[in-house]
Amino acid sequence: MKRRMLKWIRNLALLAYAAFALFPLLWMLIISFKHDREMYHTIFLFSPTLENYRVLFEKGDYIGYFLNNLWVSAGAVILSIVVGVPAAYALARFKFRGRESIAFTFLSFRFAPEIMVILPLFLIYQRFGLYDTYLGIIWVYQLLTLPLIIWVLRGYFEEIPPEIEYAARLDGYSWFRVFLKTLVPLIKPGLVASALLSFIFAWNSFTFPLLLAGQNVVTTTVAALQYLSSDTVHYGQMAAAVTISILPEVLLALFIQKHLVRGLSFGAVKG
Amino acid sequence: MRAAAETGRTPPLEEAKIPWLRRNRPYLILLPAFLLTAGILYPFGVAIYYSLTNFSFKYEKHSFVGLENWVDMFSDPGFWHSLWVTAKYALLSTGVEMVIGVGVALLLNRESRLARSLRIVLIFPLMIAPVIATLIWQLMINSSVGVIGHALRGIGIVDFTWAADPDTALFTVVLIDAWVYTPFVILLTLAGLRSLPKAPFESARVDGGSAWFTFKNLILPMIMPFLLIALVFRLMVSLQEFSIIFALTSGGPGDTLMTLPLTAYTEGFTYKELGYALPHMLVLWLNVFFASRILIKYWSRAQERASGV
Repeated sequence: MKRRMLKWIRNLALLAYAAFALFPLLWMLIISFKHDREMYHTIFLFSPTLENYRVLFEKGDYIGYFLNNLWVSAGAVILSIVVGVPAAYALARFKFRGRESIAFTFLSFRFAPEIMVILPLFLIYQRFGLYDTYLGIIWVYQLLTLPLIIWVLRGYFEEIPPEIEYAARLDGYSWFRVFLKTLVPLIKPGLVASALLSFIFAWNSFTFPLLLAGQNVVTTTVAALQYLSSDTVHYGQMAAAVTISILPEVLLALFIQKHLVRGLSFGAVKG
Repeated sequence: MRAAAETGRTPPLEEAKIPWLRRNRPYLILLPAFLLTAGILYPFGVAIYYSLTNFSFKYEKHSFVGLENWVDMFSDPGFWHSLWVTAKYALLSTGVEMVIGVGVALLLNRESRLARSLRIVLIFPLMIAPVIATLIWQLMINSSVGVIGHALRGIGIVDFTWAADPDTALFTVVLIDAWVYTPFVILLTLAGLRSLPKAPFESARVDGGSAWFTFKNLILPMIMPFLLIALVFRLMVSLQEFSIIFALTSGGPGDTLMTLPLTAYTEGFTYKELGYALPHMLVLWLNVFFASRILIKYWSRAQERASGV
């Protein structure tokens, strides 16, 4: 009897948290299908419409913001992979002076206050014409994407026994070919997961594009804020815009679920 | 090498036989990553210099003013208020997230169908940008379209004004922060719980240990490293949280939510006083730096203890 009661309380607590975590998302979905006419006097019962999505796509600028976000995030991740994978390998495989300090320097970028980086960078970007450019945003995003890729992949490289490498080298392959043909395939799951997670980090970035970009590189996070500051708030359109902007992330999250812990803790927890 | 041969000593192996390119290979491989980030971190050093000038976006020229900005800041009650708000926000949100996160993880750590399916969907809020999460919550708490407003009116509460009221503004931002980041604590705690060996718990059960006894003496020390990692990440990020507060109230009402990042933003971008904005962030950065150092030290100690049990 007591046991059953306990189980009941446990499930109730769990459902209460689930409602807290998931209901706002459900409510956002509901509102995105609600016409402005019905916004203020209905709660759950209304005639659903795609009107909000139609307006959003017809105006067209939101698609532009979405694509902007896609380009800068993808660009940042690709750049981070190109320089980060070799760096992770070096930090995992070689013993050299200053190794841990260098590794921790990369990690500390994650904890560098964004506003502190932005204030002087704002000045420098304007002087060198990087302000409000794709390149400028992709560059500063390295602070978000590179530490993640380096630290997660370092763990994966450390798990590969060096003997595999030696064997391939003895077969006469060059170091670079060994790296590409034997090592990269072995770290592939980690590479895919950390690339996608760092994509999410970049996709979610708000402070950098808000302050280091203007009209040219408006991302969805920055654009979403405009819905609040405008005079007449179209809640339905706002909900539709938000729904579209979080859709890719939720799908990616499902895809990399197994690697999420390892990624989010920068490899500190092997999960 | 020749010098070594002349003196007749055998040179240290790794220094003499290995060519320069080979010896410095790790550094060379790291170079691109380093160059790429040095360009962004260069402003970090510049920040210290500018904090000693009266640099303003309004004027062409600036001059060296020594410690004036720092002295001004430390004698400004607004700065101490910001420091206090920052600490309150970070400790409160991290505390709430740790407690709820660990609790929910313990509930999720069983093989029921409910737990299995919730483990997948509960992480969704964590994937959402904090600024977007703030908008989602605006849709919930807004007085005209918000569903919570409807519900509260239903039970007779009509004057709950959330972020607009100085008394409830902090509660509202912590609520949103907890919505986004509690899943992070859940995920890490679950990973810790999954790593536990079965045997000690079976013997504890045989010995008739209570659930609380098992948790406190067996589970907690073993998942401590996981909890500390969650704590480090949560504390470091919430100390510098900007977007939730910015999107919800821009630091208001009044100066209720003026944390250090918000103050630095206002000084730097609204009043255009870069020289005065920077010391605020340098203070924050120092706090973050030392807090993370201390916590990481605890973490390695906890890890040793957990593997020693």
